[in-house]
Formats: sequence, structure tokens, C-alpha cells
Amino acid sequence: MATYAQGIRLALHYAEENLGLTDVFGEDVGPPLGGVFTATQGIKCAWNSPLDERGIIGMAIGIALAGGRPVAEIQFADYIFNTIDMLKLAGNLRWSSYGNYGVPLVIMTPVGAGIHGSIYHSHSFESMATHIPGFKIVAPSNALDAYGLMLSSIVDPDPVMYLKSKALMRVKSEHLIPGEPGDLAELNKRINAPIGDRSKWVPDWPAVEDYRVPIGKASVVREGSDLTVITYSRHVLECARAADQLRGEGISCEVIDLRTLFPVDWPTLRRSVAKTGRVLVVNEDTEVTNYGEHLIRKLTEEFFFDLQVAPRLLAGVNVPGVGISIPLEEASVPQYRDVLDTMRDVATQPGRGTTGEWPLLPETVFGRR
Amino acid sequence: MVDNFGRKSLPWGATGGSQMLDRATKIKIHDLMVKTRCTEETAISMNKQGEGFFWIGGAGEEAFGVSLGLQIRKGQGPAYDYLHLHYRGAPIAMAMGTEPIDQIRQMRATATDRYSGGRQFVEHFAIPEWNIVPVTPTIETQYLMAPGTAHVQRRFGGEGITVVTGGDAGTAEGDFHCCLNWASRPGEELPLLIIVTHNRFGISTPSSQVQASNELNRQAEPFGIRNSIHDGNDVEAIWAALEEAIAYIRKERKPYCLQANVSRIFGHSSATGANRVPEVDCITAFEDKLIKDGIMTRTEVDAVWKKWKEHLKECLAQVRQEPLPDGADIWRHVFAEPATV
Repeated sequence: MATYAQGIRLALHYAEENLGLTDVFGEDVGPPLGGVFTATQGIKCAWNSPLDERGIIGMAIGIALAGGRPVAEIQFADYIFNTIDMLKLAGNLRWSSYGNYGVPLVIMTPVGAGIHGSIYHSHSFESMATHIPGFKIVAPSNALDAYGLMLSSIVDPDPVMYLKSKALMRVKSEHLIPGEPGDLAELNKRINAPIGDRSKWVPDWPAVEDYRVPIGKASVVREGSDLTVITYSRHVLECARAADQLRGEGISCEVIDLRTLFPVDWPTLRRSVAKTGRVLVVNEDTEVTNYGEHLIRKLTEEFFFDLQVAPRLLAGVNVPGVGISIPLEEASVPQYRDVLDTMRDVATQPGRGTTGEWPLLPETVFGRR
Repeated sequence: MVDNFGRKSLPWGATGGSQMLDRATKIKIHDLMVKTRCTEETAISMNKQGEGFFWIGGAGEEAFGVSLGLQIRKGQGPAYDYLHLHYRGAPIAMAMGTEPIDQIRQMRATATDRYSGGRQFVEHFAIPEWNIVPVTPTIETQYLMAPGTAHVQRRFGGEGITVVTGGDAGTAEGDFHCCLNWASRPGEELPLLIIVTHNRFGISTPSSQVQASNELNRQAEPFGIRNSIHDGNDVEAIWAALEEAIAYIRKERKPYCLQANVSRIFGHSSATGANRVPEVDCITAFEDKLIKDGIMTRTEVDAVWKKWKEHLKECLAQVRQEPLPDGADIWRHVFAEPATV
């Protein structure tokens, strides 16, 4: 029942008590604010950093090199771009030192649009993040996964980029985090910092338990046979809702929440695409050199002769930013109607099996099919 | 002695240290300086003969580097000193105990390169048992990581410190400013020795063209960080300066910024030819003093050079026999566990 932000907060609490988490830091991460989205309220090892994104990543690397377990926050992914070479170093230190050093750290940052955050509070980052080898990249879509992926990220021996959706921060989970009270009002009272003076406030943590979502494991949130929809983060909710509506129209869509963007859970994707022969990837990053193109390229290489129709990417449009005005944001990143229409279109488009326009070549020519 | 800026005496901050070093230490320093230089010259020769792709290193920084390396508390973990070196750190590492053959292996990029498995340029050390964190080719990023290890040491307690080194040109990056800021947060001051080795050039660009001040340590003053500038070519002076700075950090648990003016005796790197340039040679200067003071004879000095040159020949002959990495090796150490792609 916890919100997405509370799921993160509970995970940080559990990890500092049980998993050796040593530092949670970033701009406004410590008291009194506890993070611009409240995700770090009440965390004992949380502290405020200088307004210095490059320094934040450098500090995280240094802490990890010296045996600490840090979770560093870049307040908005929109401000992470000046840290790219630091992220590349975090990603390559184990490789470049031939295993002499590893840097177990977590970089968490809010991503995506959906809160009318204008040009610099709406950026996506997955296409760039997944272009930095050596990182594992996770992007939870609900509070329970936010909790379980955070715990897995903290104990992981390698750097993890934890992309958290701004638009989901206040969304309540359908599933309880193990140990959390079932009543959200009670949880709010126990772990949300009060308005006003917080200097004497101490959270009353529920006895949450260990729960891990394995890195590299996707989740099938809707099963179906006509179309495979691959998505993550906030668009999981839109795609699942569209799948429910399309089911009423007799269209059966399988919706996969990737949860981890790298390494990709190829076995789950393969099983689904082999079944449906139709692929749609949905995200909100700009469409040119989009992470979804990587998924489509790999799946096309493997399933070229099994695909019924051309794979499709529904993504953000390739303009320099997301405008703050409602019509501008809605025209920039996929909305529910776009998701619904595209899923219906890809699922019902005449396929190879109907028209016979795809050549059927001997298996020996192209190897496996 | 006249330093590279033409100064005969140090402006401030130095504490003459000629009485602090005993005879045996001076002989040891000289031995390590020559050992380092012979290794550098072998690497340069390898590059010129096509046995190594790129040379960059600390030739000319031996007085400073050996003096620092010998004062490091060597070990693993926050109780010991952490080193964030840049790519001229061989004199420091050699004084701590690295062997020439390992540098030659990295120069030749063999599978036996213990620092990077044939992946990095020479002088990119990574030695966890001595807290030498991986040297990175990127300029100045080490100044952003160093506060992290110092932060852990501050929390850990004890006397371990973090040392970060870099050149003068790199201080133009904002990362240097960031390091000073992180190191001096009120109540969170870090046990961090911030060193700038000033050789007056960034590759080919003279610092006088691009930086108004050649006393970069003074950038630390607005942060309340104690700082000083020294002739890094003078063994006794730079030893004493480092000793004073390190003692201050160990005891006070606060940062210190030290500039050492040094030579770049073979230019920037093989990219600029790696040819000898007419700058003060700290080894020659030290040898002149050792002989003048009656600590070593010319014959003894020559014997040190002969010893290390012959050793390097043997190292090179050995390394030539060692294999290069297998191409499939690229998949090792992407992640801690077998890579998933």
C-alpha cells in the first residue's frame, strides 16, 4: 500500500539497518527536507551534499573504493548530464583495473515527464544510461518493485543506476511491502516527516522485511497471445490499462515490465515474442537512438522470420524538450490514447501469416529461426 | 637552486629540511629516483622502437614523487593512506615498492600486466593492497573521487589520509575547485592532501597563456585550507614540506593543498616526442649535492645507474617473452560475476 517514494524510503531504512548501507547523499537529501520527493526522510545515514553533481558521483566512487556502500542521488536526471565521464569511470573501473577494484554504488535519479516539469524536470535518461557499459540499470514501476530493486541494487557488487519515475512517486502500490502496515494513513503517520519543525521528529519505522527483486528479471504484468508490449517505469501502468481495455475488444496483449534495462531479461522477451510474433516497445525517451531501438534490433535479428509485422517503437518525439503547457507535454511523450491506439494497431495489423508476403527460406540459409 | 619559475628562494611555506634526512635515507632516495628514471627511459625507448604504443610518465618528478612515496603509510583499508594518482605517479609508486618489470609489462600491454591486464596506458596503477586506486586517463576526475575515500577515513578515525595528485593544467577544470569545496565543508573537513605538480605546461600550452597565477595552491585560501608552494626538484625541501603537510593532516584531520614545482624532463608524452628537454633535472641536482656533501662518490652514483639499467634490460628481455592478452579476455571483469549481455 506504500507509495513509490515510501517504498524507496523503506528500502533505504532496511538497508542501513541490515545490509551495510553507509551513505545516502545528494542535494537536499538529508534533513530537514529528506529529498525533493521525500524518498530519504528519516534515513539516519542521509546527508546533504554541495550542489555539485560531478562531485556527488566522485564522492560515491571514492566511498565505494574505500569499502563503503553509498546511494547517491542526482536530484533530477535533467542535471546528470555533466557527470557523464564520472559515470563512465564508475562503469569501467573494475574492467580497466582488471578486477583489482570494484565500485559497488547506487546512483538514483528521478526521470521522465508526467508532472509538468517543463524542459529541465522532464528528461529521460535510459538511452544514455544504457550506453555506459559496466552499469546495471533498473527502473521500477511500483512501490514493491522500488523496494525490492533498491535492496538488490545496494547489495550488488557493481554500479547500479536506479531510475525512479517522478510521475509515480505518489502512486500507491497494489501490493504490500513485507512488514508494512496495510493502512496507508497509518504508514504516513509513522514515516512521513511533519510539516514545519522537524528537528525533533523521529520516524516510527515498521518492521519491513528482506525482499529482493533480482536485477535482470522482468515481470509479465499481463499475459496475452496477440502482441508483446515491452515497457518499464510509468508506462507499465498505461500499457497494462490499455491491455485491459483491448481485452474487451477481443485483443490479447502481453505486457512485460522490464524492471531492469541492463542486463536485459532476454529469456522472458524471447518466450513472449516467439508466442505473439508482434512487438511494441513503449517508453518516453526521445525516439532517435532510443533504448527501445536496441531491444527491437536484437529481437529482429533473432526473430526476423517469426515476426508477423514490423516491430514498433512508441516513444517521445525528438524535440529539444518537454514544454510545460499541458498540450505541449501531451504532444511530446506518449499518452494513454497513444499507447492504446498503437497497441491496437500493431496487434491487428495484417501479418505475414495472413498475407504470405514474407519469404519462407530454408532454415540452412539463415541458421536458426 | 633556481626552480622552473626562476625563483632562487621559496616565497613562503617551506621549511628547509636538509637536516631531517639521514645519510641512509638520502642514498635510498637516490636509488629509487634512478630506478624510476631508468624505468621511464626504458618505456620511452620501447615506444620509440614500436614495443609500446604510448608513453606518459613521471620523468622529472622523482624528487617530489619519491619523497612522497616514502612517507605514505602503506596498507589496505581506511586505516592506511589512499592514493589517487595521475599518470605521472611512477616515482610515488616505485618508492612504495612497485617493481620496474610491472611497469614494463603495462608498457608492452601484456597479459601479465597486473594493473590492467593490457588495457591501460603505462603508469595506470591499481594496487588494492596499498590503497592505490585505479589511475584514470581523464584529467582531474581523481580530485572528485579523493574526497570519497577521505570521507570514509574521517568517519573511520585513526591517522590514515588520502593523497590526490594532478598537474597544473588540470586545475583549470572545475573539478579542482569542487575538491577544495568538498574537503572543507564546515564540520566535515577531510584528511586530504591535495597536491598540484606544476610543470608549466598542458601538453604544449604554456600555463602563462592560460592561467593568471602560477601559485595554484592559493586557490585553497578562500576555503580556509592551509597551503604552500615548494621547489619539487629539491629533494630536501620537498621532503620537509610533505612531511609537514602530512603530519598536519594526520593530526588535525583537515585538508592541505601543496604545490610542487617540477620539471617535465621528456616533455608531455610520446605524443610530443618524449625527447629530453633542457629543464632542471632533479636527479642530477641531487647527485651533485650528495657528492658535494660527501654522502656518495661519483663512482657510487654511476654504479647505481649501471645497476638499474642492467636490471631494466633483464626486465625487458623477460617481458618480451610474455604473452599478450587473448581477445576473448575483453569480457572479463565487466561485472563482478560473469557478464550478462
